Amino acid sequence: MATRNRRTLAGIVVAAVTLVATTSRTVAQSPVFGLGRAPNADEIKAIDIGVTPDGAGLPPGSGTAQAGKQVFDSRCVTCHGATAREGPQDVLVGGQGTLVSPKPLKTIGSYWPYATTLWDYVNRAMPFDHPGTLPPNDVYAATAYLLYLNGIVGERDVLDQTTLPQVKMPNRNGFVMDTRPDTGPRPAPVRRSKR
Amino acid sequence: MNHSRRWFLGLGSVVSAALVACRKAAPAAPPSAIGAPVSGYGARSHFEKTERFLRNAVAPPPEATSSRTPLHDTYGIITPSSLHFERHHAGVPDLDPATHTLTIHGLVDRPLVFTVDELKRLPSVSRIHFLECSGNSASEWKGGGEPTVQRAHGLTSCSEWTGVPLSTLLRECGVQPKGTWLLAEGADACRLARSIPMAKAMQDALVVYGQNGEAIRPEQGYPLRLLLPGFEGNMNVKWLHRLKIMDQPAMTRWETSKYTDLLADGTARQFTFDMDAKSLITRPSGGDTLAGAGVYELTGLAWSGRGAITRVDVSTDGGVTWNRATLQEPVLPRAHTRFTWSWRWDGRATMLASRAVDDTGYVQPARADLVAVRGLNSNYHNNAIQQWNVAADGAITNGNA
Repeated sequence: MATRNRRTLAGIVVAAVTLVATTSRTVAQSPVFGLGRAPNADEIKAIDIGVTPDGAGLPPGSGTAQAGKQVFDSRCVTCHGATAREGPQDVLVGGQGTLVSPKPLKTIGSYWPYATTLWDYVNRAMPFDHPGTLPPNDVYAATAYLLYLNGIVGERDVLDQTTLPQVKMPNRNGFVMDTRPDTGPRPAPVRRSKR
Repeated sequence: MNHSRRWFLGLGSVVSAALVACRKAAPAAPPSAIGAPVSGYGARSHFEKTERFLRNAVAPPPEATSSRTPLHDTYGIITPSSLHFERHHAGVPDLDPATHTLTIHGLVDRPLVFTVDELKRLPSVSRIHFLECSGNSASEWKGGGEPTVQRAHGLTSCSEWTGVPLSTLLRECGVQPKGTWLLAEGADACRLARSIPMAKAMQDALVVYGQNGEAIRPEQGYPLRLLLPGFEGNMNVKWLHRLKIMDQPAMTRWETSKYTDLLADGTARQFTFDMDAKSLITRPSGGDTLAGAGVYELTGLAWSGRGAITRVDVSTDGGVTWNRATLQEPVLPRAHTRFTWSWRWDGRATMLASRAVDDTGYVQPARADLVAVRGLNSNYHNNAIQQWNVAADGAITNGNA
């Protein structure tokens, strides 16, 4: 009984804080159904592949553009072209200054706001036909090479857990929050998330 | 179905012509021979040929591949699962429900792994909701880009979805106060991942395993998909296998460089979640030809990601006057809503259009209104009014100027 009361109290505290934090309706967060099992640390580690802009999630390892050229030439050119400008799939280099033109070219250099996103996407989704197979050093190196081709890092700059999150992308400040509805009569206010 | 679609379409038109000829002659006699036996899993009549319109239908599929719902050739508000639009980013994985799991971890008190069978033991709900790709109607930003409603607007569909409220699962795990975002990840080859605000997760998000009364189709996320009613399609992560509770958005490729809306000044809107109110006259529409002056039913679909449709207006004179269409029950929030209007065509060239209003008071805009605010490079979230030209000979074409 004591355990149950303590749990309920903890639940109420969590709910109150969460209510403030998320402006959403929550109730006491005690397990009700008792289904599911607890994963062990290794299981989580195997699937928790995401990397955030602060660098959390980046594994040990490093790479330079010099090393990345070999990765790119062997694994990426078929889809992205010899200099990452040719396609046939997404053009990855160039386009800076085109976002206000009738034909904007959204590339890593002209559009992507975070270098960590590039690392994350290469790691999880590339090469397109063998995703998830590049070792961390190759991901660092390929990332460095694509940033180098876009004039963002030097050919010998070493990217790792510490330096990659510090890379300043040209379009880092190019994003704004959603301000819709942006036409016509103003609708009645509705409660929704604003973050 | 080893024959090409073109061959079948050819056959279909021959059969149709024959049927028309028969009808003019005399009603077909009831069959006297014994019909086909019962079958384990039903198929549609072999007379029915409608299909999704395919983009980049090659194997292996490229990153940008899609199929579009034949909106002109469906009835009511439910899209048959077999005709639900597709947009994949690395093909359709073949997942075994006996081994597939959903892991919830991160800023929770109790990380948990659920099997599909365990999820099916939890209290379930069934709800009818549309799903629309935010890239739907992108061809129409710069004027009439596609000839038919299917090709221009077929990236929207509506199903009855069955599953578990995500809030139930999150309570089982105990979300910590700092947990304000979730990263939802699919088990497809590219591990597609999107960040979801906690408020939406607690409000009406579902983890679904059912679609239109049976297991969700592989191309819609079998065995599990995230459903975020009213939010842009790609956030409704298919083949869902992981939810990580976080204190910030992950800034994945899909929510930074892909599904962001470029404005005229070169900045881009990010986290454009809601699909705004929209409507389409689906029948008759581009590619149809009216048989001559007289009565026609105009019918179509309206929907809003922010709530329920309250009104659809139809114009048959190029937007000079508007008539209130009949809304067919059920009219549900964040679901396709069927509307109809009986029209007597005088045989002269004109223009058809529809305009939706939702329960926030929002009125579906004209294309010029959207372009005035966002410019021509926005690509996503085009919910502008669609116009259809009717020529004096009855031919209907895309009328977007």
